[in-house]
Amino acid sequence: MSLLEVENLSVAFGSETNPFKAVDKISYRVEAGQVLGIVGESGSGKSVSSLAIMGLVDYPGRVSASSLKFDGQDLESLSEKQRRDITGRDIAMIFQEPMSSLNPCFTVGDQIMEALAVHQGGSKKERKAKTIELLQQVGIPAPETRLSAYPHQLSGGMSQRVMIAMAIACDPKLLIADEPSTALDVTIQAQIIDLLLDLQREKNMGLVLITHDLALVAEAAHQVAVMYAGQIVETGTASEIFSTPQHPYTQALLRSLPEYSLGEKRLQALGGVVPGAHDRPNGCLLNPRCPYATDQCRSNEPDLIGTSDRAVKCFYPLNAEGRPAA
Amino acid sequence: MSYILEAKDLKKHYEVSQGFLKPKATVKALDGVSFRIDAGKTLAVVGESGCGKSTLAKLLTMIETPTEGSLSFEGHDLLAPERAKELRQKIQIIFQNPYGSLNPRKKVGTILEEPLVINSQLSKDERKERALAMLAKVGLKTEHYNRYPHMFSGGQRQRIAIARGLMMQPSIVIADEPVSALDVSVQAQVLNLMMDLQDEFNLSYIFISHDLSVVEHIADEVMVMYLGKVVEYGSKEDIFANPQHPYTRALLSSTPRINPEHRIERIRLKGELPSPLDPPTGCAFNSRCQFAQDRCRTETPDLMDGVVACHGVEEGRLDYLQATQVATSAQPVEA
Repeated sequence: MSLLEVENLSVAFGSETNPFKAVDKISYRVEAGQVLGIVGESGSGKSVSSLAIMGLVDYPGRVSASSLKFDGQDLESLSEKQRRDITGRDIAMIFQEPMSSLNPCFTVGDQIMEALAVHQGGSKKERKAKTIELLQQVGIPAPETRLSAYPHQLSGGMSQRVMIAMAIACDPKLLIADEPSTALDVTIQAQIIDLLLDLQREKNMGLVLITHDLALVAEAAHQVAVMYAGQIVETGTASEIFSTPQHPYTQALLRSLPEYSLGEKRLQALGGVVPGAHDRPNGCLLNPRCPYATDQCRSNEPDLIGTSDRAVKCFYPLNAEGRPAA
Repeated sequence: MSYILEAKDLKKHYEVSQGFLKPKATVKALDGVSFRIDAGKTLAVVGESGCGKSTLAKLLTMIETPTEGSLSFEGHDLLAPERAKELRQKIQIIFQNPYGSLNPRKKVGTILEEPLVINSQLSKDERKERALAMLAKVGLKTEHYNRYPHMFSGGQRQRIAIARGLMMQPSIVIADEPVSALDVSVQAQVLNLMMDLQDEFNLSYIFISHDLSVVEHIADEVMVMYLGKVVEYGSKEDIFANPQHPYTRALLSSTPRINPEHRIERIRLKGELPSPLDPPTGCAFNSRCQFAQDRCRTETPDLMDGVVACHGVEEGRLDYLQATQVATSAQPVEA
């Protein structure tokens, strides 16, 4: 049994008759102790899908799924109260902008202790001791004095460490990290990712790492799901995805990286942008940007075909040479 | 051969008030930076936030005047007030966030023509003609002339910002993190555009970035900065094939790579950038450097031969310099 099983999760906004599907029937699993990387450009639905799992999508957003199971429990059948017991305790999330995710009016200590008070209780003294221990775990120097610091007194890297401390406060089984290092400097970015992966291994957590940085996923993730315009277009292990991508979108993303064109003057750019609410094409959503698109791609939508470990949503998956199979 | 831009020992110190009756503190945002750049070449300035990259951009565009040092453009003194207006036109800047750098209440045409209105005697029709020509150059269409910035995607906005920077036909463009707000696929489009424009107009770029994979692609020379000082300066090939300063090496090893062969052994940096109000004595990097010794904590290293500022390198005691070197000539990733 997987830790998290998502099947046909959709999130729609707008009218009932003409909804905009920000997330369109995505399915994936996360095992305990495993890192799943979700990559894609902005607007591909990475963040919305994880907010939906956390139960954080508010009206007018509508979440539907044929199955949303966490640790054997069906999240959708739970009452709101029961669900809130799980989110924050067993499933925790780290957001992109550490500076704006912390409440500027309360001290760091207060904010971490709040999570403990809600989910674990205990005396104030115990909570304080636990908070100091957590700050130590995430590598904050002199944690006793930091308890009374306000978020504006911390640097970006420190704030993100506090966010991580808050997320792991109740020993979650699953951690969702949404662009945890994007707003930070390179060396701090490396520190934060190292910290997350160390904690993940130590506590045997499942980790969903959402990012647009392909190289980061290549280094950190076991399984990878590539998203485009609300859909998962390819899944596989990290080495499969990065050495032999089967979907033209994955290939194009990889080829547009400077690392792919070392020593060459021009990068192989993928033209156009992710289609928005009003300009989604018929058929395969990638077809206006895809170099291999045919009439079939323009009129019919392909299915995600394959096993749960390796699948691709394309009529003409690419072969090992990186060309579409005839 | 003369350089198009030459900076010597540039310094910019800011006085910061620390409170009533307390003495003012000095932040050495830029502390003795020298470099020069040829026409048609790209100098990349690399470093983390707080290292003085943006202060450098402000000095070069004459938004701020340096506390000390000299700055010359094609042999003319950039700091002399007489020719400031004329020389300013030759150095333009592109900002990081195209969502913030374009006025939302002005149409693209107005944005592009504004520099011409201020700096030239061209008639309205001539201005429009130039703006349309520039739009075509950066890959936008004629009909975009009458649109507002909110109608464009991030990549298109950055194209508009680039077009605006080029309206005065500058020789030098300072690009302050021009692609860091963009997605990889769009980033590649904008980088290609910048390379094409460089060839066409023989532009010199000063490319400020923290993304080393982008720098490796676009730069001819690289200058690595830490807390207002240059720690390593050299050709792209040298810096990437054989990084000498521990900080350069830490930056390189912190950059994630797709191909495992391109990864180098991670140097874990302790802690964060120290406060510029209270920098450590000696080498500014000593508090985070695993190779730091007593000398590093007391004596400030000079930029040896204009290449690297590190006591460890000078004394030849850094192990990794003897070990196998990073291969930049490695094969590109298979995709």
